[in-house]
Amino acid sequence: MQVPAKFEYERADSVPHALQLLERYGPEARIVAGGHSLIPMMKLRLAQPEALIDINGLASELGRIAVEGDELAIGALVRHAELLDDVTATDLFPIFRDAERVIADPIVRHRGTVGGSLCQGDPSEDLSAVFAALRATAVIQGPGGTRTVPVRQFHQGPYETAVEPNELLIQLRVPITPGTGSAYEKVERRVGDWPVAAAGAVITVSDGVIAQAGIGLTAVGAEHFCAPEAEQHLIGRAPGEEVFAEAGRIAAEHCEPHSDQRGPADYKRHLAAELTRRALARANRNVPGSATV
Amino acid sequence: MRITVTVNGQPYTREVEPRLLLVHFLRDELGLTGTHWGCDTSNCGVCTVQLDGVPVKSCTVLAVMADGREVTTVEGLERDGELDAVQKGFVECHGLQCGFCTPGMLLTARWLLDRNPDPDEGQIREAISGQLCRCTGYENIVRSIRWAADASHSQEARQ
Ligand SMILES: Cc1cc2nc3c(=O)[nH]c(=O)nc-3n(C[C@H](O)[C@H](O)[C@H](O)COP(=O)(O)OP(=O)(O)OC[C@H]3O[C@@H](n4cnc5c(N)ncnc54)[C@H](O)[C@@H]3O)c2cc1C
Ligand code: FES
Ligand code: FES
Repeated sequence: MQVPAKFEYERADSVPHALQLLERYGPEARIVAGGHSLIPMMKLRLAQPEALIDINGLASELGRIAVEGDELAIGALVRHAELLDDVTATDLFPIFRDAERVIADPIVRHRGTVGGSLCQGDPSEDLSAVFAALRATAVIQGPGGTRTVPVRQFHQGPYETAVEPNELLIQLRVPITPGTGSAYEKVERRVGDWPVAAAGAVITVSDGVIAQAGIGLTAVGAEHFCAPEAEQHLIGRAPGEEVFAEAGRIAAEHCEPHSDQRGPADYKRHLAAELTRRALARANRNVPGSATV
Repeated sequence: MRITVTVNGQPYTREVEPRLLLVHFLRDELGLTGTHWGCDTSNCGVCTVQLDGVPVKSCTVLAVMADGREVTTVEGLERDGELDAVQKGFVECHGLQCGFCTPGMLLTARWLLDRNPDPDEGQIREAISGQLCRCTGYENIVRSIRWAADASHSQEARQ
């Protein structure tokens, strides 16, 4: 039987209250959102926080998805299942639908949150690749107010993020650009498993050429979960199979997968190329008004 | 810490340690052993209960997180001595063998039919994809849930 070590438990009733509690308990306190990464780690005693600060009561502040100007704002406490069910979000960005359908399983998705996924910072986290591809911005609140960090600078290493111990991730903001298509491709060993490898693609087509491209990669050791060299290759070129395949090849070249129980490194590198190619092709097909290539 | 959890419509107040998991609160504190406990790693889904109407894996939820909220376990499915349609479906279609996965399957099935009274096979398989069954090969579980959907329809038609 797996039992967490002892800890103090506090329930936050507002964001400022959560920040006060973080201040009071100091760096050995941890936020708990869905708890679906943290509680398993506590059960295995891989994590032994002295205090848990529960933010599940903050849905009215942190659980909203809304279009605000030319951005889509997603609260940190939005559950995976809520993002999957949100038609505004998944119509604007089909990459969310693609990814959320294959993150964990439907029951886990009822608890796990968008913010928890990003803050966990697991090198195989699907949403880290998704938000990197989308060039989202993270909104972080601390005692001194709020600040923003581009998601591409949010992850500073495995399980390390830009969020300080006395801060809270409160929101992800995704730029909405007309003429943009997006998609996600993942290979997993079985339903509900973490990716062997996965790739997300976001492209904006303007006057027949690719004006902007975002490629997110997870579980393959891509720095900051993105592939800037491959993105660069796409800019200014007309979308097409060959261009996408070359971008995939470049993306695979720049990642650093490790062999583990999910597969050998060379297989993962192969997947990085192939999944990038497939994601780009599908992203291109769902650019609004695009003729199928 | 003192918590009050409403389980199957009845409030229970208990003094618990924050580290107590919901599955053990239900089984050991309240004696509701219909909720099973298997992998302990949020994979198998036998510990699934409804928290405020939504299926969750109770081995990965702290009991204190259910304070002030409503939990439904398999014991709460029948009404006035009559089994729920999903329970009847599992009986009619041989939806269980050893029964270890069954309580969790029933609670997810109930949630699915509340949300979507007429699910197709793909939607049923998707809904239960976070729960493992070592016995049935899933075929009869899918049939059982479909049976419950059909039974509920024909009941509505009669009314
Ligand atoms: C069986 C299983 C399968 C899974 N499969 C996948 C998968 O295929 N792909 C995938 O990407 N993920 C997968 N996950 C992980 C899942 O997505 C988790 O829900 C997610 O990683 C964490 O979200 P959470 O809300 O549960 O976070 P928690 O466990 O509550 O927290 C995780 C970490 O983030 C911190 N934190 C949480 N919210 C905030 C906040 N707002 N501000 C600051 N810090 C915060 C916590 O302190 C903790 O350190 C799986 C999980 C399980 C149990
Ligand atoms: S015991 Fe909870 S998922 Fe297996
Ligand atoms: S009936 Fe035995 S595990 Fe499902």
